[in-house]
Amino acid sequence: MKRVQFEHSAIPYLFIAPQIIIISIFFLWPSAQAIYQSFLLEDAFGLSSQFVWFKNYTDTIFSNAWLQAAGFTLIFSSLVTFLSLALALLLAVKANEVIHGASTYKTLLMWAYAIAPPVAGLMGNLMFNPIIGDLYNFMNLFGFDFDHKLDPVDAGFVVVLISVWKQVSINFIFFLAGLQGIPKSVQEAAKMDCNSSTRRFWTITFPLLAPTTFFLMVINITYAFFETFGIIDTTTQGAPGGATNTLVYKVYQDGFRGADIGGSSAQSVVLMILVLALTVIQFRYIEKKVHY
Amino acid sequence: MAQVELKQVRKTYPNGAEAIFGVDMHIDSGELIVFVGPSGCGKSTLLRMVAGLESVTSGEILIGDKVINNVSPSERDVAMVFQNYALYPHMSVRGNMSYGLKNRKMPADEIERRITDAARMLKIDQFLDRQPNQLSGGQRQRVAMGRAIVRNPQVFLFDEPLSNLDAKLRVQMRIEIKKLQRRMNVTSIYVTHDQTEAMTLADRLAVINEGRVEQMGVPMELYANPRTLFVASFIGAPQINLIPVRFDGTSLTNGTLKLAGFSDLPTGVDLMLGIRPDVLSIAPEGQLELNVDLVEQHGGENLIYGALLGTKNAAGDAQEICLKGPQSLLPATDDKLRLAFDPAAAFVFRTDTGERLK
Repeated sequence: MKRVQFEHSAIPYLFIAPQIIIISIFFLWPSAQAIYQSFLLEDAFGLSSQFVWFKNYTDTIFSNAWLQAAGFTLIFSSLVTFLSLALALLLAVKANEVIHGASTYKTLLMWAYAIAPPVAGLMGNLMFNPIIGDLYNFMNLFGFDFDHKLDPVDAGFVVVLISVWKQVSINFIFFLAGLQGIPKSVQEAAKMDCNSSTRRFWTITFPLLAPTTFFLMVINITYAFFETFGIIDTTTQGAPGGATNTLVYKVYQDGFRGADIGGSSAQSVVLMILVLALTVIQFRYIEKKVHY
Repeated sequence: MAQVELKQVRKTYPNGAEAIFGVDMHIDSGELIVFVGPSGCGKSTLLRMVAGLESVTSGEILIGDKVINNVSPSERDVAMVFQNYALYPHMSVRGNMSYGLKNRKMPADEIERRITDAARMLKIDQFLDRQPNQLSGGQRQRVAMGRAIVRNPQVFLFDEPLSNLDAKLRVQMRIEIKKLQRRMNVTSIYVTHDQTEAMTLADRLAVINEGRVEQMGVPMELYANPRTLFVASFIGAPQINLIPVRFDGTSLTNGTLKLAGFSDLPTGVDLMLGIRPDVLSIAPEGQLELNVDLVEQHGGENLIYGALLGTKNAAGDAQEICLKGPQSLLPATDDKLRLAFDPAAAFVFRTDTGERLK
């Protein structure tokens, strides 16, 4: 069968032109640059460069520092995604049951959303300051011997805590909206079919929230990968000894602090491929389990 | 099978709004009771109180001889069919039907047997592995019924289950519900705002108005012998003709209209004369004269609407009435018809209290 073709003018292309231009300037062109530079070895002053094929890739990816950052990113992203989703879901379920002063609760829980990651990082920095930090003193009050400047686990704890705190509010808003989108009669039918509210939650409410959860999971993984840059930069800056370096932060450090443009570009290309693979996995395998 | 008893059941919402004012009711084992009333009258609230989805402010609800006020909905041994079906969208038809049974720890072979039986009875056996969103409205309604049937409960609760279906399917499902209920002989409460549905389904029906049971009885009793103006106007299609009148000691009057044959009525108060459309008949010497406005042809019978000459209603116009006539009766617009009725078959109500006087 032949499909109907209408004569069309250039106007549709004109309409999408702004978006195309933005994508070209801020994504396509920098990506092309990164790929190009990842094959070059430059001197520290950027005066000369030579084509080295895949040397930058092999050098960085097989280095211990990169593997350490990759390991930390994996643990960090999983923790941040899981904890911020779990906490937000718990808060949303509880806030959804509140009848009196519901809007006050909701507003209070959403506030943190208005804070930019670097600001959240600064606030966390103050709270974990060894001299005036309340949380720092609180942790040591119980004899934890807590010091995020020296201990890698403590440092990881600080960045995870701040990242989760920052992200819970937006997840909360989406979960709350998702919960309110579940028809009341379905919940009532479940009430007549199942006596245990915990079981009801896992068999009815949670599956019906799956589209929201899936969407938030994609958003949160992206957040943990990229947007936490601001938090790490204002708190640990990768210290101690690169233990809190995420892949993104390492790209920045090697490129802008270490002046290794080639190595940094190679890392960002690898990162791009990783994120691409992750997105494909998410939509291929996890989305299949989601009922819309 | 169990009887259901409501004793002085009241419902007041936390904001002070009163929904149910002391309802007393006895429902026999195996009976199909219909709650009927206009929207907002409290009929659904009352049903939901029996289901356990609304708390009871005061009074007692008994199923069998057990007070269930504080028993959770899933332990009351009742099953409910919701207006919008309320199927679990992420489960197959089989999953929807087995969910309640699995939660009650029923053995798998017993669940399977019940689902097969119910599915065969409802003719949904070929859909068991479909998702609800792959079914039509009528099929979803059957699944919702199936979910209630497999529970094998003491009491079925129906909350306007047919109002989302189209007219033809509604009549068909109505008949099926009645047959099913007969066959299973389960005590049932059915809520509807549709008086035809109420009349045809009910063993007994309860007309509910503003949180009170106005009258309860077998459908024909309510039709032939309404206790209040509200019941008379709610039951019966086409609606009963209501003519505002006063009693002057010998006859009922409105404008130049004088109707003899009434006695023992109070004078000086506003009354309402109620005449069913099928009580009116064409007669050359009749008491009423009708100016025809419109004829509705329903096939087997015609409904003739017109203004009653000589009368005035509250708005100052001649009172509109309706007459049920045979297929052959086809007057033209503005034809005058003389109508007669038997005063013994008419009702007289007090307008202010709605109480029936005759």
